Amino acid sequence: MLRLSNVSAGYGSFQALFDASLEVNAGETVAVIGPNGAGKTTLLRVISRLIDATAGEMTMEAHSLNAVPSHEVIGYGIAHVPENRRLFPRLSVEDNLRMGSYVPSARAQFSGRLDQVYALFPRMKERRKQLAGTLSGGEQQMCAIGRALMSGPKLLLLDEPSAGLAPVVVQAIFEVVRKMSAQGYTVLIVEQNVQQVLKVADRAYLLETGRIKLSGRSDELRENDAIKKSYLGL
Amino acid sequence: MKWIALVALALAPLAGMGNYPLHLLIMCLLWGFVYTSWAIMGRLGMVSLGHGAFLGIGAYVVVMLWNHADISPWLGTPIALLLTAVVAVLIGYPCFRFKIVGHYFALVTLALTEVVRLVIVALRDQTGGSLGATPETALADTAWSIGALQFSSKLVWFYIILMAWLAGLWIWGRVDRSMTRLALEAISQEEDAAASVGMNVTRLKLGVTMISALMTCVGGVLYAQYQLYVNPETVSGIGISLQIVFGAIVGGMFVRLGPTVGAVITLLLAEVLRLAIGHDIHGLDSTIYGLMLVLFIIFMPKGILGAILEALEKRRAAKTGRQAAATA
Amino acid sequence: MPIFDIFLVEAVVNGILLGGILALLALGLNLIFGVIDVVWICYAELIMLGMYAVYYGHNVYGWPLWLALVFGVAVVAVLGALLHQFVIRPVLAAEPINQLLVTGGVLFFLQAVATLVFGIEFKNIGIRLPQLSVGDMYLSLARLIAFGVALAGMIGMYLFLTRTYLGTAIRAISQDRAIMPLMGVNPNRIFLITSALGGGLAGLAACLLVLQYDIHPAIGLTFGPITFMVCVMGGLGNMIGGFIAAFIFAQFISVGGFFLHIEWGYVIAFVFFIGMMFWRPQGILGSR
Repeated sequence: MLRLSNVSAGYGSFQALFDASLEVNAGETVAVIGPNGAGKTTLLRVISRLIDATAGEMTMEAHSLNAVPSHEVIGYGIAHVPENRRLFPRLSVEDNLRMGSYVPSARAQFSGRLDQVYALFPRMKERRKQLAGTLSGGEQQMCAIGRALMSGPKLLLLDEPSAGLAPVVVQAIFEVVRKMSAQGYTVLIVEQNVQQVLKVADRAYLLETGRIKLSGRSDELRENDAIKKSYLGL
Repeated sequence: MKWIALVALALAPLAGMGNYPLHLLIMCLLWGFVYTSWAIMGRLGMVSLGHGAFLGIGAYVVVMLWNHADISPWLGTPIALLLTAVVAVLIGYPCFRFKIVGHYFALVTLALTEVVRLVIVALRDQTGGSLGATPETALADTAWSIGALQFSSKLVWFYIILMAWLAGLWIWGRVDRSMTRLALEAISQEEDAAASVGMNVTRLKLGVTMISALMTCVGGVLYAQYQLYVNPETVSGIGISLQIVFGAIVGGMFVRLGPTVGAVITLLLAEVLRLAIGHDIHGLDSTIYGLMLVLFIIFMPKGILGAILEALEKRRAAKTGRQAAATA
Repeated sequence: MPIFDIFLVEAVVNGILLGGILALLALGLNLIFGVIDVVWICYAELIMLGMYAVYYGHNVYGWPLWLALVFGVAVVAVLGALLHQFVIRPVLAAEPINQLLVTGGVLFFLQAVATLVFGIEFKNIGIRLPQLSVGDMYLSLARLIAFGVALAGMIGMYLFLTRTYLGTAIRAISQDRAIMPLMGVNPNRIFLITSALGGGLAGLAACLLVLQYDIHPAIGLTFGPITFMVCVMGGLGNMIGGFIAAFIFAQFISVGGFFLHIEWGYVIAFVFFIGMMFWRPQGILGSR
């Protein structure tokens, strides 16, 4: 579904991504793991076209993404849940979700999808009128994921959903990812929490200092010595 | 090189300029002085849209004291300066203390200049309101009166205002060169950092504001005594305040001579248009002026002089770079 | 001494009516600042042009009044969008003070253009709305209508901002501009629409003002500064704050003008404003 071939990107004179290639097939949950500053967020921002790729090709279902304006990416079925949640703090939960279905094609489905999101995240339904900025970290993450789902995406990009959350909440978040995976959503998830994410992902890529160093199925990677030593603390 | 130009400038009127060209020259220097006063503050990030207040206080205080109390401008000016200082502190201190900057600061100063204008108009029995006021003439029997600070000879005024203009440039240079200038640069960028190094930010800002305000006040006094007519719209209010800001910016407020260049450009523009069109089309020069300002802010925020100097600097750097590469 | 001086009450009531207009004026400016983070120093000049538009429509081209009024609103809405596209957009990334100054340049430009095109004689739309007699008070019908329209305008804005997708997007972009594309929103398009909306509100204000006052290229200077004061006092960008501040201001002007010359009313209002800035720099309901 999504394919990146030799993509490079950066910020001005600082290059963050070198020659990255990956692919995500329909129905898969793929993880990108790596340390801080490896370029994981840059990777997602390039896909969403928030920044330009300086080299390489990106395609979504065989359509080239390279020149698509950032606000049109969602039209290709890609929904991005940004780092740090980035909810609209002074809008209510429901208004945040409403913004998720802003694209004209999604508006007709608003109430149907809203029910689905509330079914997935019952706590959101309780707090629908509450200002998003007053939610707890875990609730904000759920709202952010829900907002992305409102557009009925084919591919969900998750940027470090567990960042800054308490362990109990982290469990809950990954449980949600697992549930979505089971329901057939296609997910590209970027994470520092290697242990948890390898449990929910089918495949994973290791990104270090802007380069893809390893890739493979999750169970293989879990047995990999380098991964075990550096990221699983074994 | 600079000294030759200065001497030439000082001697120019003696070579026999007509009265009107001399008047233009005087206006260039006078407004150059006022714009320079503003730029002393403006270049450090304290953009005031209210300098008309200080101009107006200077102009009206001396004229009113002369007309109603027979007080010579020599005494009236210190009184005006005192009033200006009080107003500057009253507004400046709370603003800087409570970190009112940017938009908010600009709008507070705008309110200030409007208050001054409204007070002048409200006191219409004394000030003549919107009709303006004229200092009573002391020149009925004589060509000049030092006591009244009135001279019928434009030549005399030329030298007075030339000195003021030079003094203004000198002050600009002093503020620029003093140790505090580094502090002020730091302040305009990073207040908290500057404060942490122990600089009393509020006091420094207030100091610069005072200098700027007092200079502008003097400009107002000179304007009133030279033109012998003042009017709330021409010396106070938002119109003249904006004009001051723009004159300084068009010329280039980061450069010492920039504001003066701005004054020259403004006046020349008005003159050229007047001559080209033949008679006073009220508004055409302002239209072009306004358009220029918009284009300047968008494309040349450093002003004409600033842009020229920057281009020269780049060329010089490129040349030295080439020389260094050639000798390497 | 009569506690209940009817003329004082009249002044208070007129103050309330004036407050309605000021609130409408402030609404457009607050919308622009709250969403795009720029202050249109030339805001009052846009209104001035709107007033001329109504005048030309009604008195020069002979259109029915309602058509001229709609024309006025439309003209200023378009001007607002043009202002954003050609003047604001190039400096959006620059220092905030540049944005302030560039609209100041437009202020000059618009005043000058108006002088060139319309001349400096005062013009009046020539519609005399009667004074209503309520008890012993005389209230201007024009002001009553203005108050009503202002109220309707504000309610309309509120509904638009809270009940529509576009309105929600406008509220959202003022809270997090960077992620708007992720939801399929083109930020520049929202800014343009907001600018047109702000212009439209200004145009509405122009329609109300033209029914009561003469038109002149420089009249922007009479209500411009006071609109800024109202907005800043209410908290720049805060529409409810602006609303409250408008009524406070109007009371100062009206009651102050009742006891003294009308200019003193303004002076008191401005001095109050300066005092407020020091007590609560962020405005009544502003946030730092």
